[in-house]
Amino acid sequence: MMQDQQRRNVMRVAVGLALAALAPIGAVQAAEKVKVGLMLPYTGTYASLGNAITNGFKQYVAEQGGTLAGREVEYFVVDDESDPAKATENANKLTKRDQVDVLVGTVHSGVALAMAKVARDTKTLMIIPNAGADELTGPLCSPNVFRSSFSNWQPGYAMGKVAAERGHKTAVTLTWKYAAGDEATSGFAKGFESGGGKVVKQLTLPFPNVEFQALLTEIASLKPDAVYVFFAGGGAVKFVKDYEAAGLKNSIPLYSSGFLTDGTLEAMGTSGEGLVTALHYADGLDNAKDKAFRSGYVTAYKAQPDVYAVQGYDAAQLLKAGLDAVKGSDKLDKDAMIKAMGAATIDSPRGSFTLSPAHNPVQDIYLRKVEGKENKVIGIAAKKLADPARGCKMM
Amino acid sequence: MDLVTFLIQILNALQYGLLLFLVASGLTLVFGIMGIINLAHGSFYMVGAYMAFVLTGMTGNLMLTIALGIPLAFAFGALLEWLLFAHLYKRDHLEQVLLTYGLILIFEELRSLAVGDDVHGVAVPALFSASIPLSDTLSYPVYRIVISVVCLLLAGGLWWLMKRTRLGMMIRAGSHDRDMVQSLGIDINLLYRTVFALGVALAALAGMLAAPISSVYPGMGGSVLIISFVIVVIGGIGSVWGALVAALLIGFADTFGKVLLPEFAGLAVYLVMAAVLLWRPEGIFKKG
Repeated sequence: MMQDQQRRNVMRVAVGLALAALAPIGAVQAAEKVKVGLMLPYTGTYASLGNAITNGFKQYVAEQGGTLAGREVEYFVVDDESDPAKATENANKLTKRDQVDVLVGTVHSGVALAMAKVARDTKTLMIIPNAGADELTGPLCSPNVFRSSFSNWQPGYAMGKVAAERGHKTAVTLTWKYAAGDEATSGFAKGFESGGGKVVKQLTLPFPNVEFQALLTEIASLKPDAVYVFFAGGGAVKFVKDYEAAGLKNSIPLYSSGFLTDGTLEAMGTSGEGLVTALHYADGLDNAKDKAFRSGYVTAYKAQPDVYAVQGYDAAQLLKAGLDAVKGSDKLDKDAMIKAMGAATIDSPRGSFTLSPAHNPVQDIYLRKVEGKENKVIGIAAKKLADPARGCKMM
Repeated sequence: MDLVTFLIQILNALQYGLLLFLVASGLTLVFGIMGIINLAHGSFYMVGAYMAFVLTGMTGNLMLTIALGIPLAFAFGALLEWLLFAHLYKRDHLEQVLLTYGLILIFEELRSLAVGDDVHGVAVPALFSASIPLSDTLSYPVYRIVISVVCLLLAGGLWWLMKRTRLGMMIRAGSHDRDMVQSLGIDINLLYRTVFALGVALAALAGMLAAPISSVYPGMGGSVLIISFVIVVIGGIGSVWGALVAALLIGFADTFGKVLLPEFAGLAVYLVMAAVLLWRPEGIFKKG
């Protein structure tokens, strides 16, 4: 008798709790949206990257049933044209006129730096789905700025570590003379020299000059054990072809951050075959999340996803982690969101990652080898690698 | 730098200089001789490179592509001249700048719509795909040497056309005084259309020949535009030999700038230009 009474009470409480839990969700869906400002390149050299990031972001939202943590997502889209001169104005448009809750962008580091300044000034949440400039999560880091991609230092460092492990004693680095190249090659030098190697010469050429012949001649006369380069896009294709045509591919191993061979393999033809690079994503990762992500992407967009799509997808995941923390409230409590995002573990197609105190991913950097037209994973170059975030006050 | 490396660098400089001449040769005609400020020169170069990519995909042969591409580019140039440029000869340079800048934007968008924004490659023709060993580590691609030879032939051909043929004589006369040439019974409109179309065909030829070594990518026209103007201006406007000498000078400045003064490599070309223009404001080969 007594037991029955208790059981009934328990049931009553449970039903009550369940109803209480359901009620606010219904209310929020009707009342609150989350405004997402997508500031990405949709024209120009980086247009395909901007589109891949957008596709990845929207794919995650679609998987969540078109909402994030029960909130409808309203997009405000700006083409940043990869033009730093227009970056501040574009970011202001989104933060001041459209009053977005979160800025997502961008590819070009110069534009991202200007966006981050606006985000800091207006205290708008910002998620960077590509731009690798070390400063963004280094000297210029900020509690409300997050990155779902990488820092230029990370793949460079990992590649340097592996080059030293492979027994190379001397290396020459070559890149365009611009921030991304400087950061990647100094990461490489750090990794290579901490493993006992020595960078004998750091060669550069002005961006975006693609006449490499003089510098290839220089490399051939220096005869290092290994060469590390940082190039992307059309320059990457030309460099890899020239490197092979100069007969260097068979005598001096070429290493690079993975951007050299991402989205460029078709254009490289057979010149790219066998190249070893380091990046936070690869083809042939054997995890269920990646398989599901890839088949979902192919179904939705009739194209193969790439590292940029993954970074967009994870930007949406990161945002959801923040929104989960303020579920049910009308106002978006930024401090609560920032705390939740900083502590989140993101179940990414690249493998799960967490964020460093500077808000850059702490992630595995894969070693990849070009086989056929794919960047096949052949190992892990550096496990749970964190950017040193030099100069960041949040460390 | 040891002697062998030094000699190879000289070869690099010559080869790059000749490639630059090829790229700038179309502009020598259109800007140097006809006096049209053609900012779309780089776009014609890009059209050539994309034509190489698309047509080689269909024909499987770069030689055949070039044989098809040159008349196509010539026809395209003639059409553009008839449609747009013919209306600009009497107007001032600002309007030419506006028109040709607009064309850059239009060609970029059309390219994006038609072929997309990916980077593409064109295979080096099998016949020239070998490399010649120069030192124990370095070899030289035969295709680059072939391009150099084509550039030399082209320079000779252009010089012969301008100085030794009746057409060349008419072109030179036309660039001095349109009205006088017309009143002598020469169809000046047809003459200009031919020269302009030839300029477009040369730019496209440069793009087609360079496609296998430069790869094919959005915005590639912009990379050759400024250097082409630099060459025409340094060489002396309207001079074929001047353009050749200027291109070689730039080739040397760029190559040795990169090796000896990497910190200032981006400036080397412009320092040469400033020095030449201070010394001879009209360019190296400008005749009085």
